[in-house]
This record gives sequence, structure tokens and C-alpha cells, in this order.
Amino acid sequence: MLNVGLTHFLVISVTLFSFGMYGVITRKNAVMVLMGVELILNSANINFIAFAKFGNYGLQGQIIALFVIVLAAAEAAIALAIVINIYKTITNINVDEIDSLRD
Amino acid sequence: MTVYDIIFYLFAAVTLISAFFVVTNRNIVHSAFFLLFTFFGVAGIYVMLGADFIAIVQLIVYVGGILILLLFGVMLTNKIVNVEIKTGTIHALPASIVLGLFAGAIGAAVLNTNWKIVESPDPVPTTAAIGRMLINEYALVFELLGILLLIALIGAASMARR
Repeated sequence: MLNVGLTHFLVISVTLFSFGMYGVITRKNAVMVLMGVELILNSANINFIAFAKFGNYGLQGQIIALFVIVLAAAEAAIALAIVINIYKTITNINVDEIDSLRD
Repeated sequence: MTVYDIIFYLFAAVTLISAFFVVTNRNIVHSAFFLLFTFFGVAGIYVMLGADFIAIVQLIVYVGGILILLLFGVMLTNKIVNVEIKTGTIHALPASIVLGLFAGAIGAAVLNTNWKIVESPDPVPTTAAIGRMLINEYALVFELLGILLLIALIGAASMARR
């Protein structure tokens, strides 16, 4: 049980995903929500690389992880631009107060 | 327990403890710094999995790029009159209950599944092989990702300037 195998990596990935999801759900600040999304993407990457290693799929898992990292960079840039625009418009980035589309 | 196991548990502890503080700390700047340690821990776990190139890319892109971007986001969207930059939380109790159940269910599924493990050869340097794959099998995806990144960055710049 103490010898590190596939399940250890998967358990770490599940825990990291849960923490990220918790951050996305509970934090009010939009930048904190973004940090939760980054945690979730990292946990997905751990899964890809762990399955590629323990299933002997060569480098394909690592290539997908590389693509996920690129997408995360693009997503962070776009999301921060949107957050800064929201701040300029209503001087507040608490996600529970941005509800003008609802009215 | 071998040295490999001990190093793995070390990186796992760094990752999970700092991730916990990222999502529970009330100070946004402290959260960002704990996120730094989380990214370092995840890079260490990539190394334990034999993915050296991905680990370095993780350090360069996440720590050097995304984290700095997030810190700029924090600084640009708060009135910096004092050092305390706080954030509130909502639905903390229901979220922790639901996510505890979720993590327990998935964790039980992971632990009870009889994974079919194929022994892979010892880790070798992966950079050259990844580079060769990127310009052979994955050339189209590589080009598309480059275009996507360019479009996303131009869009972000024009959106933020408006």
C-alpha cells in the first residue's frame, strides 16, 4: 500500500480536483475562481500523464498535457481581460453581485 | 519504502496542503503565493511520472506566466489602499459536503478498481521525442494551437484596452 503506484497519483488528482471545484464554487472574487480552474486543469494533467505511464502509452499523454497547458494559458489571458472589463464597468468583481443580465 | 516513495509523498504533501490553503485562505495575495507552491508540487509529481519536459513547461508557463497574470489581475481589480485584499465565501458548507461525497465516491472507485497496469520502460529524456511527435503526428494540432493562442492573446489585449 505504501509503494507508489497508479492509485496514488489518481487519489492526488481527485483531491486536487475537489479543492479546485471547492474554490470555484465558494469564492466570491472572480480571480479566485480562476485559480480554482487552474487547479482543476492541473489535476486533469496529472491523470493524463499517470495513465500514459502506467498503461505504457508512450508520450501521447504528455503531448495532450502540453496542449492542456497551452489552453490554460489562453484561458487565463481571456478570462483576466473579461474580469478587468467587468471591474471597469461596475467596479466590483464579486461573482455573486454580477447579475445585471438577470434583470 | 524506497527513496522514490518518500520523495513522492513529499511532493504530494506540498501539493495538497498548499492547494487546501489556496481555496480556504481569505487573503487573495496569500492564495496566489500558495498557488505557486501547488504548481511546484505538481511539477515534482510530473517528474516522478517521468515527464521531465512537461515539468519544466509547467514551471515556465504556470509559475512564470499564468501566476504573474493572476497577480496582475488581483492588483488591477482592487483598490490598493491597504495590504489586506480579502475575498468572501458563499455556500461553504454545502459545497464541502457535496465535494467531500464526490471525492469519496471517486476515490473509492479508484481504490477498488483492478487497474490493468502495463510495465513501462525506465524513464528516458523525453524532450527530443516530444519535439519529433509535435512536428510529425501532431503537426496539425500544434499549428492550430499556435493560431488559437495568437487569437486569444490578440483578443485579450484588445478587450482589456477598451
